Amino acid sequence: MITVMPNGGNAETFHINLPFDRIMTGAPGQREPMPAALEWPDDERLYGMRAELFKIRNNNDVVIGLASRIEAAENASGEIIEWVLHLPARGSVYLSMRPDAVDGQYRVGELRAGTREFQEMNGRVTERWIAAASAADDLHAGRIELVTVFKAAEDR
Amino acid sequence: MKYLISAVIGTLAGIAVCLLAVYYNPLNIRSDLTPLAFSDNPIINLHYSAAARDTLLYTNNGESQVAPYPGNVLELWEDPIRQTTAMTTVLLNSRNEFAGIGIKFLSDSERTQLLKGQVLVDSVWHIFLPGRGTLFIEQTENHWEHLRDIVIPAYLSSGDSWRGVWRRNITAGPSALRTARVVGGSGEFVGLDAEAVEALAARAYSVEQGPVALQGELLIEMPRRNSADAPATPSATN
Repeated sequence: MITVMPNGGNAETFHINLPFDRIMTGAPGQREPMPAALEWPDDERLYGMRAELFKIRNNNDVVIGLASRIEAAENASGEIIEWVLHLPARGSVYLSMRPDAVDGQYRVGELRAGTREFQEMNGRVTERWIAAASAADDLHAGRIELVTVFKAAEDR
Repeated sequence: MKYLISAVIGTLAGIAVCLLAVYYNPLNIRSDLTPLAFSDNPIINLHYSAAARDTLLYTNNGESQVAPYPGNVLELWEDPIRQTTAMTTVLLNSRNEFAGIGIKFLSDSERTQLLKGQVLVDSVWHIFLPGRGTLFIEQTENHWEHLRDIVIPAYLSSGDSWRGVWRRNITAGPSALRTARVVGGSGEFVGLDAEAVEALAARAYSVEQGPVALQGELLIEMPRRNSADAPATPSATN
Protein backbone atom coordinates (compact mmCIF):
# COMPACT_ATOMS: atom_id res chain seq x y z
CA MET A 1 0.00 0.00 0.00
CA ILE A 2 1.29 3.43 -0.94
CA THR A 3 0.60 6.29 1.48
CA VAL A 4 0.65 9.86 0.22
CA MET A 5 2.65 12.06 2.57
CA PRO A 6 1.69 15.67 3.43
CA ASN A 7 4.68 16.97 1.43
CA GLY A 8 3.54 15.11 -1.69
CA GLY A 9 5.86 12.15 -1.37
CA ASN A 10 4.80 8.52 -1.41
CA ALA A 11 5.55 6.26 1.55
CA GLU A 12 5.60 2.53 1.02
CA THR A 13 6.46 -0.34 3.32
CA PHE A 14 8.10 -3.55 2.17
CA HIS A 15 9.13 -6.47 4.30
CA ILE A 16 11.02 -9.74 4.16
CA ASN A 17 9.93 -12.67 6.30
CA LEU A 18 12.91 -14.58 7.59
CA PRO A 19 13.95 -17.23 7.04
CA PHE A 20 11.24 -18.04 4.45
CA ASP A 21 12.05 -15.29 1.95
CA ARG A 22 15.81 -15.69 1.97
CA ILE A 23 17.08 -17.01 -1.37
CA MET A 24 20.81 -16.66 -0.82
CA THR A 25 23.40 -15.68 1.75
CA GLY A 26 26.90 -15.52 0.33
CA ALA A 27 29.92 -14.81 2.50
CA PRO A 28 33.40 -16.29 2.58
CA GLY A 29 33.90 -19.09 5.08
CA GLN A 30 30.28 -19.30 6.22
CA ARG A 31 29.42 -22.53 8.00
CA GLU A 32 25.86 -22.80 6.76
CA PRO A 33 25.58 -21.33 3.26
CA MET A 34 22.15 -20.60 1.88
CA PRO A 35 21.27 -22.51 -0.26
CA ALA A 36 23.23 -25.39 1.22
CA ALA A 37 24.98 -26.24 -2.06
CA LEU A 38 26.13 -22.66 -2.68
CA GLU A 39 29.88 -22.60 -3.46
CA TRP A 40 30.90 -19.07 -2.53
CA PRO A 41 34.37 -18.00 -3.70
CA ASP A 42 36.93 -18.01 -0.92
CA ASP A 43 38.84 -15.01 -2.24
CA GLU A 44 40.46 -13.04 0.58
CA ARG A 45 39.30 -9.77 -0.98
CA LEU A 46 35.74 -10.81 -0.16
CA TYR A 47 36.40 -11.14 3.58
CA GLY A 48 34.02 -8.84 5.39
CA MET A 49 31.59 -8.92 2.48
CA ARG A 50 28.14 -10.46 2.57
CA ALA A 51 25.67 -10.68 -0.31
CA GLU A 52 22.04 -11.66 0.19
CA LEU A 53 19.04 -12.27 -2.05
CA PHE A 54 15.46 -12.12 -0.83
CA LYS A 55 11.88 -12.12 -1.96
CA ILE A 56 10.17 -8.92 -0.84
CA ARG A 57 6.56 -8.48 0.19
CA ASN A 58 4.10 -5.62 0.36
CA ASN A 59 1.82 -4.66 3.26
CA ASN A 60 -0.58 -7.48 2.38
CA ASP A 61 2.23 -10.02 2.80
CA VAL A 62 2.23 -10.73 -0.95
CA VAL A 63 5.54 -11.33 -2.72
CA ILE A 64 5.93 -8.50 -5.22
CA GLY A 65 9.60 -8.58 -6.11
CA LEU A 66 13.17 -9.45 -5.30
CA ALA A 67 15.89 -7.68 -3.37
CA SER A 68 19.65 -7.87 -3.12
CA ARG A 69 21.59 -6.59 -0.14
CA ILE A 70 25.35 -6.13 -0.16
CA GLU A 71 27.23 -5.37 3.01
CA ALA A 72 30.98 -4.89 3.09
CA ALA A 73 33.64 -3.29 5.22
CA GLU A 74 36.90 -2.49 3.51
CA ASN A 75 39.58 0.18 3.36
CA ALA A 76 38.86 1.45 -0.12
CA SER A 77 35.13 2.00 0.15
CA GLY A 78 34.56 2.18 3.90
CA GLU A 79 31.51 0.40 5.25
CA ILE A 80 28.93 -0.33 2.56
CA ILE A 81 25.32 -1.35 3.01
CA GLU A 82 23.23 -1.27 -0.14
CA TRP A 83 19.93 -2.58 -1.39
CA VAL A 84 18.54 -3.10 -4.87
CA LEU A 85 14.79 -3.69 -4.93
CA HIS A 86 13.48 -5.13 -8.18
CA LEU A 87 9.71 -4.91 -8.64
CA PRO A 88 9.04 -6.43 -12.09
CA ALA A 89 5.85 -4.53 -12.85
CA ARG A 90 7.16 -1.20 -11.61
CA GLY A 91 10.94 -0.82 -11.81
CA SER A 92 13.96 -1.03 -9.57
CA VAL A 93 15.53 1.14 -6.88
CA TYR A 94 19.13 1.40 -5.74
CA LEU A 95 19.40 2.34 -2.07
CA SER A 96 22.50 3.26 -0.12
CA MET A 97 22.33 2.99 3.68
CA ARG A 98 24.32 4.80 6.34
CA PRO A 99 26.14 2.12 8.32
CA ASP A 100 25.36 3.46 11.80
CA ALA A 101 21.96 2.59 13.22
CA VAL A 102 19.88 5.45 14.63
CA ASP A 103 19.39 4.82 18.36
CA GLY A 104 20.65 1.32 17.66
CA GLN A 105 17.27 0.51 16.13
CA TYR A 106 17.11 1.33 12.44
CA ARG A 107 19.28 2.47 9.58
CA VAL A 108 18.58 5.36 7.28
CA GLY A 109 19.55 5.52 3.63
CA GLU A 110 18.85 7.33 0.43
CA LEU A 111 17.66 6.57 -3.06
CA ARG A 112 20.67 6.61 -5.38
CA ALA A 113 18.89 5.64 -8.59
CA GLY A 114 15.59 4.33 -9.83
CA THR A 115 14.17 2.90 -13.01
CA ARG A 116 10.76 3.20 -14.67
CA GLU A 117 8.27 4.59 -12.13
CA PHE A 118 11.12 5.40 -9.74
CA GLN A 119 13.28 7.10 -12.37
CA GLU A 120 12.54 10.72 -11.57
CA MET A 121 12.35 10.21 -7.82
CA ASN A 122 14.53 10.98 -4.88
CA GLY A 123 14.00 10.22 -1.25
CA ARG A 124 15.05 8.13 1.68
CA VAL A 125 14.57 4.71 3.19
CA THR A 126 14.74 3.13 6.63
CA GLU A 127 15.78 -0.45 7.35
CA ARG A 128 14.67 -2.13 10.56
CA TRP A 129 14.84 -5.63 11.99
CA ILE A 130 11.67 -6.71 13.79
CA ALA A 131 11.95 -9.93 15.77
CA ALA A 132 9.00 -12.33 15.75
CA ALA A 133 6.45 -11.34 18.36
CA SER A 134 5.85 -14.85 19.63
CA ALA A 135 8.74 -16.77 21.17
CA ALA A 136 6.73 -19.92 20.55
CA ASP A 137 7.04 -19.40 16.81
CA ASP A 138 10.27 -21.28 16.24
CA LEU A 139 10.12 -21.13 12.48
CA HIS A 140 9.57 -17.41 12.01
CA ALA A 141 12.61 -15.48 13.22
CA GLY A 142 11.27 -12.06 12.33
CA ARG A 143 11.30 -9.67 9.45
CA ILE A 144 13.28 -6.94 7.80
CA GLU A 145 11.16 -3.88 7.21
CA LEU A 146 12.02 -1.30 4.58
CA VAL A 147 10.05 1.94 4.51
CA THR A 148 10.63 4.13 1.47
CA VAL A 149 9.57 7.75 1.16
CA PHE A 150 10.06 8.97 -2.41
CA LYS A 151 8.97 12.11 -4.16
CA ALA A 152 9.36 13.45 -7.67
CA ALA A 153 12.77 15.06 -8.17
CA GLU A 154 11.41 18.32 -9.66
CA ASP A 155 9.38 18.91 -6.49
CA ARG A 156 12.53 19.09 -4.44
CA MET B 1 -15.05 -28.93 -49.60
CA LYS B 2 -12.43 -27.69 -52.02
CA TYR B 3 -13.02 -24.14 -50.78
CA LEU B 4 -12.39 -25.25 -47.21
CA ILE B 5 -9.16 -26.98 -48.20
CA SER B 6 -8.09 -23.89 -50.16
CA ALA B 7 -8.85 -21.68 -47.16
CA VAL B 8 -6.83 -23.88 -44.80
CA ILE B 9 -3.88 -24.09 -47.21
CA GLY B 10 -4.07 -20.35 -47.83
CA THR B 11 -4.12 -19.59 -44.10
CA LEU B 12 -1.18 -21.88 -43.40
CA ALA B 13 0.76 -20.39 -46.30
CA GLY B 14 -0.02 -16.89 -45.00
CA ILE B 15 1.19 -17.78 -41.50
CA ALA B 16 4.37 -19.31 -42.96
CA VAL B 17 5.06 -16.20 -45.06
CA CYS B 18 4.50 -13.97 -41.99
CA LEU B 19 6.86 -16.04 -39.84
CA LEU B 20 9.52 -16.03 -42.58
CA ALA B 21 9.10 -12.28 -43.00
CA VAL B 22 9.65 -11.77 -39.25
CA TYR B 23 12.56 -14.21 -39.14
CA TYR B 24 14.41 -12.80 -42.17
CA ASN B 25 13.28 -9.17 -41.86
CA PRO B 26 16.33 -7.17 -42.97
CA LEU B 27 15.09 -4.16 -40.99
CA ASN B 28 15.65 -6.15 -37.80
CA ILE B 29 19.38 -6.49 -38.44
CA ARG B 30 21.16 -3.97 -36.29
CA SER B 31 24.68 -2.64 -36.26
CA ASP B 32 26.72 -4.06 -33.40
CA LEU B 33 28.67 -0.83 -32.95
CA THR B 34 28.19 1.12 -29.74
CA PRO B 35 29.26 4.62 -28.71
CA LEU B 36 31.66 3.02 -26.23
CA ALA B 37 33.72 1.72 -29.15
CA PHE B 38 34.62 5.33 -29.99
CA SER B 39 35.14 6.56 -26.44
CA ASP B 40 38.50 7.87 -25.25
CA ASN B 41 37.53 7.21 -21.65
CA PRO B 42 38.82 4.19 -19.73
CA ILE B 43 36.60 1.14 -20.01
CA ILE B 44 36.08 -1.42 -17.26
CA ASN B 45 35.75 -4.84 -18.82
CA LEU B 46 33.97 -7.49 -16.75
CA HIS B 47 32.95 -10.89 -18.00
CA TYR B 48 31.17 -13.92 -16.63
CA SER B 49 29.73 -17.23 -17.70
CA ALA B 50 26.01 -16.87 -18.37
CA ALA B 51 25.38 -20.63 -18.38
CA ALA B 52 23.34 -21.36 -15.25
CA ARG B 53 25.60 -24.14 -13.96
CA ASP B 54 28.64 -21.87 -14.08
CA THR B 55 27.06 -19.21 -11.88
CA LEU B 56 27.03 -19.13 -8.09
CA LEU B 57 23.24 -19.08 -8.08
CA TYR B 58 20.57 -19.00 -10.76
CA THR B 59 16.86 -19.14 -10.06
CA ASN B 60 13.60 -18.70 -11.90
CA ASN B 61 10.05 -20.12 -11.71
CA GLY B 62 11.37 -23.69 -11.91
CA GLU B 63 9.39 -24.42 -15.07
CA SER B 64 11.61 -22.59 -17.52
CA GLN B 65 13.93 -24.37 -19.90
CA VAL B 66 16.98 -23.44 -17.81
CA ALA B 67 16.83 -25.24 -14.47
CA PRO B 68 17.62 -23.32 -11.26
CA TYR B 69 21.09 -23.85 -9.81
CA PRO B 70 22.03 -25.17 -7.31
CA GLY B 71 19.20 -27.67 -7.22
CA ASN B 72 17.87 -26.73 -3.79
CA VAL B 73 17.60 -22.99 -4.41
CA LEU B 74 14.31 -21.23 -3.66
CA GLU B 75 12.26 -20.85 -6.86
CA LEU B 76 10.39 -17.74 -7.96
CA TRP B 77 6.94 -19.27 -8.33
CA GLU B 78 4.80 -16.38 -7.09
CA ASP B 79 2.80 -14.63 -9.84
CA PRO B 80 4.48 -11.18 -9.68
CA ILE B 81 7.96 -12.73 -10.07
CA ARG B 82 7.21 -15.72 -12.32
CA GLN B 83 8.71 -13.93 -15.34
CA THR B 84 11.81 -12.92 -13.39
CA THR B 85 15.22 -14.56 -13.15
CA ALA B 86 17.84 -13.86 -10.48
CA MET B 87 21.50 -14.67 -10.90
CA THR B 88 24.60 -14.25 -8.75
CA THR B 89 27.92 -14.72 -10.47
CA VAL B 90 31.65 -14.17 -10.20
CA LEU B 91 32.89 -11.35 -12.41
CA LEU B 92 36.32 -11.61 -14.02
CA ASN B 93 38.43 -8.81 -15.46
CA SER B 94 40.01 -8.74 -18.90
CA ARG B 95 43.00 -10.69 -17.55
CA ASN B 96 40.59 -13.42 -16.45
CA GLU B 97 41.25 -12.67 -12.79
CA PHE B 98 38.64 -12.41 -10.07
CA ALA B 99 37.18 -8.90 -10.12
CA GLY B 100 34.05 -9.10 -7.98
CA ILE B 101 30.53 -10.36 -7.47
CA GLY B 102 27.54 -9.44 -9.61
CA ILE B 103 23.86 -9.93 -8.85
CA LYS B 104 21.50 -9.61 -11.79
CA PHE B 105 17.70 -9.46 -11.94
CA LEU B 106 16.00 -9.96 -15.31
CA SER B 107 12.28 -9.60 -16.00
CA ASP B 108 10.49 -10.21 -19.29
CA SER B 109 9.29 -6.88 -20.61
CA GLU B 110 5.68 -6.20 -21.56
CA ARG B 111 7.10 -3.98 -24.34
CA THR B 112 8.28 -7.00 -26.34
CA GLN B 113 7.22 -6.73 -30.00
CA LEU B 114 8.17 -9.82 -31.96
CA LEU B 115 7.09 -8.30 -35.27
CA LYS B 116 9.66 -5.54 -34.76
CA GLY B 117 12.38 -7.96 -33.73
CA GLN B 118 12.20 -6.97 -30.08
CA VAL B 119 12.33 -9.66 -27.42
CA LEU B 120 12.88 -7.32 -24.51
CA VAL B 121 14.06 -7.98 -20.98
CA ASP B 122 14.42 -5.32 -18.27
CA SER B 123 17.45 -6.01 -16.13
CA VAL B 124 19.51 -4.49 -13.35
CA TRP B 125 22.95 -5.38 -12.03
CA HIS B 126 24.13 -4.86 -8.45
CA ILE B 127 27.91 -5.16 -8.57
CA PHE B 128 30.56 -5.26 -5.86
CA LEU B 129 34.20 -4.91 -6.90
CA PRO B 130 36.45 -5.41 -3.84
CA GLY B 131 38.89 -2.55 -3.36
CA ARG B 132 36.98 -0.37 -5.79
CA GLY B 133 33.32 -0.01 -4.82
CA THR B 134 29.80 -0.77 -5.94
CA LEU B 135 27.79 -0.13 -9.11
CA PHE B 136 24.19 -0.26 -10.25
CA ILE B 137 23.46 -0.86 -13.91
CA GLU B 138 20.04 -0.49 -15.49
CA GLN B 139 19.30 -1.67 -19.01
CA THR B 140 16.78 -3.00 -21.46
CA GLU B 141 18.09 -6.06 -23.28
CA ASN B 142 16.97 -7.29 -26.68
CA HIS B 143 17.32 -11.07 -27.05
CA TRP B 144 15.81 -11.28 -30.53
CA GLU B 145 19.13 -11.95 -32.28
CA HIS B 146 20.01 -14.66 -29.76
CA LEU B 147 16.61 -16.24 -30.38
CA ARG B 148 16.89 -15.95 -34.17
CA ASP B 149 20.51 -17.01 -34.58
CA ILE B 150 20.83 -19.66 -31.89
CA VAL B 151 17.65 -20.84 -30.19
CA ILE B 152 15.48 -21.33 -33.31
CA PRO B 153 18.29 -23.04 -35.29
CA ALA B 154 18.86 -25.35 -32.29
CA TYR B 155 15.19 -26.36 -32.32
CA LEU B 156 15.31 -26.89 -36.11
CA SER B 157 18.51 -28.93 -35.86
CA SER B 158 18.23 -32.72 -35.95
CA GLY B 159 20.61 -32.86 -32.98
CA ASP B 160 18.49 -30.45 -30.91
CA SER B 161 21.53 -28.27 -30.41
CA TRP B 162 23.53 -25.40 -31.87
CA ARG B 163 27.29 -24.96 -32.04
CA GLY B 164 29.20 -22.09 -33.51
CA VAL B 165 30.72 -18.71 -32.78
CA TRP B 166 28.29 -15.86 -32.13
CA ARG B 167 28.67 -12.54 -30.34
CA ARG B 168 26.23 -9.63 -30.13
CA ASN B 169 25.51 -6.64 -27.93
CA ILE B 170 22.23 -7.20 -26.14
CA THR B 171 21.86 -3.74 -24.57
CA ALA B 172 19.02 -1.88 -26.26
CA GLY B 173 18.50 0.98 -23.84
CA PRO B 174 17.43 2.94 -21.92
CA SER B 175 19.59 5.48 -23.77
CA ALA B 176 18.70 6.31 -27.36
CA LEU B 177 22.19 5.16 -28.34
CA ARG B 178 21.42 1.69 -27.00
CA THR B 179 23.57 1.92 -23.90
CA ALA B 180 22.82 1.04 -20.29
CA ARG B 181 22.82 3.53 -17.44
CA VAL B 182 25.45 3.11 -14.72
CA VAL B 183 25.24 4.70 -11.27
CA GLY B 184 28.11 4.48 -8.81
CA GLY B 185 27.38 3.67 -5.20
CA SER B 186 30.59 3.65 -3.19
CA GLY B 187 34.39 3.76 -3.27
CA GLU B 188 35.91 5.16 -6.42
CA PHE B 189 32.51 4.99 -8.11
CA VAL B 190 30.75 7.48 -5.80
CA GLY B 191 28.89 10.03 -7.91
CA LEU B 192 29.55 8.12 -11.12
CA ASP B 193 26.92 8.51 -13.83
CA ALA B 194 28.08 6.60 -16.88
CA GLU B 195 27.14 4.25 -19.68
CA ALA B 196 27.67 0.56 -20.30
CA VAL B 197 27.03 -2.12 -22.87
CA GLU B 198 26.50 -5.81 -22.29
CA ALA B 199 27.31 -8.46 -24.89
CA LEU B 200 26.75 -12.19 -25.11
CA ALA B 201 29.11 -14.62 -26.82
CA ALA B 202 27.71 -18.09 -27.47
CA ARG B 203 29.46 -21.27 -28.54
CA ALA B 204 26.94 -24.01 -27.74
CA TYR B 205 23.22 -24.27 -27.03
CA SER B 206 21.13 -27.30 -26.18
CA VAL B 207 17.34 -27.53 -26.49
CA GLU B 208 17.32 -29.67 -23.36
CA GLN B 209 19.55 -27.54 -21.12
CA GLY B 210 19.49 -24.07 -22.71
CA PRO B 211 22.80 -22.19 -23.00
CA VAL B 212 25.75 -24.56 -22.56
CA ALA B 213 28.65 -22.26 -23.42
CA LEU B 214 27.61 -18.63 -23.10
CA GLN B 215 29.82 -15.77 -21.95
CA GLY B 216 28.53 -12.38 -20.86
CA GLU B 217 30.63 -9.24 -21.08
CA LEU B 218 30.03 -5.86 -19.48
CA LEU B 219 31.85 -2.81 -20.81
CA ILE B 220 31.53 0.13 -18.45
CA GLU B 221 32.74 3.55 -19.49
CA MET B 222 34.51 5.50 -16.76
CA PRO B 223 34.29 9.23 -17.58
CA ARG B 224 37.49 11.08 -16.71
CA ARG B 225 37.09 13.23 -13.65
CA ASN B 226 38.69 16.57 -12.86
CA SER B 227 41.67 16.27 -10.55
CA ALA B 228 39.65 18.14 -7.91
CA ASP B 229 37.06 15.39 -7.58
CA ALA B 230 39.25 12.43 -8.45
CA PRO B 231 38.90 9.44 -6.16
CA ALA B 232 41.44 8.91 -3.43
CA THR B 233 42.22 5.40 -4.59
CA PRO B 234 43.97 4.79 -7.89
CA SER B 235 41.76 3.46 -10.65
CA ALA B 236 43.29 0.60 -12.54
CA THR B 237 41.67 0.20 -15.90
CA ASN B 238 40.98 -3.42 -16.66
